[in-house]
Amino acid sequence: MHEGLNQWQYVYAALAIGVVGTLLLVGWSLAAMLRAEKRRDKVKGR
Amino acid sequence: MHGFANPARFLRLARWLTPLLLVPGLILALGALAWGFFVVPPDRLMGDTVRILFIHVPSAWLGMAGWSTIAISSIVELVWRHPLSGIAARAAAVPGAVFTAICLATGSIWARPTWGTWWVWDGRLTSFLVLLFLYFGYIALAGAAQRDAAAGGGASRVTAIFGLVGAINIPIINRSVVWWNSLHQPPSITMGKSAIDGTFLWPLLIGAVGFSLVFGGVVLMRMRTLLADIQAEARLRRKAMA
Repeated sequence: MHEGLNQWQYVYAALAIGVVGTLLLVGWSLAAMLRAEKRRDKVKGR
Repeated sequence: MHGFANPARFLRLARWLTPLLLVPGLILALGALAWGFFVVPPDRLMGDTVRILFIHVPSAWLGMAGWSTIAISSIVELVWRHPLSGIAARAAAVPGAVFTAICLATGSIWARPTWGTWWVWDGRLTSFLVLLFLYFGYIALAGAAQRDAAAGGGASRVTAIFGLVGAINIPIINRSVVWWNSLHQPPSITMGKSAIDGTFLWPLLIGAVGFSLVFGGVVLMRMRTLLADIQAEARLRRKAMA
């Protein structure tokens, strides 16, 4: 371990990548699903 | 298993299962991250950087679990021609790739303060990078096969064969730290045994369960998306022919 290194900068960077990546994945998947199901229902004339 | 080959039956199940996986998954995953990042004490050797464990390990597990899902679904598709298995495999590819990328990025961030370098070309890191490239290849191939099928070329089995062949990388990733000298530590958790103290192990396990539930929820959402696209395209084709 390097002395004098601010370890929390690395911890926050990893946390941000993990949380933002996961939330973007969930949000994008949800939006794509709602869009696709809406289009299918529209095509079916519901 | 063939009971769920019917898309309508599968969709009825997926509609109530999706929030059931997603909501508890997000609560467990974010709660375990908060516990690991802000409550557990620093490690004797790694200091505060040990907290990266709580995002790095679940994402590594899901990167490999994603390709295992692709491989199992590909076998089911090739052997039993289960109509939903190809869709399940394709649905697992993007979340698998995302978690593999998160694992590589967080591992690199962790490596800098602990190893003094962002990257080394050792067995574990290289085989995991190969996994990310395999995901990219699979996603591109699945997209091309879908376009080919839509153009009347018939469903392609190449994607399933690629998914099956790529699975050879999973045991290589798993055993890489045992087979080759590596800066990466050997496995800390093996069947029934753990070298990790309970203080770190519990938030890690809860996080792994939470992220796995989120992964399952995302796969179900992507399966519903792919099914809805197929159903809409089929309806449009029938209308065009009528």
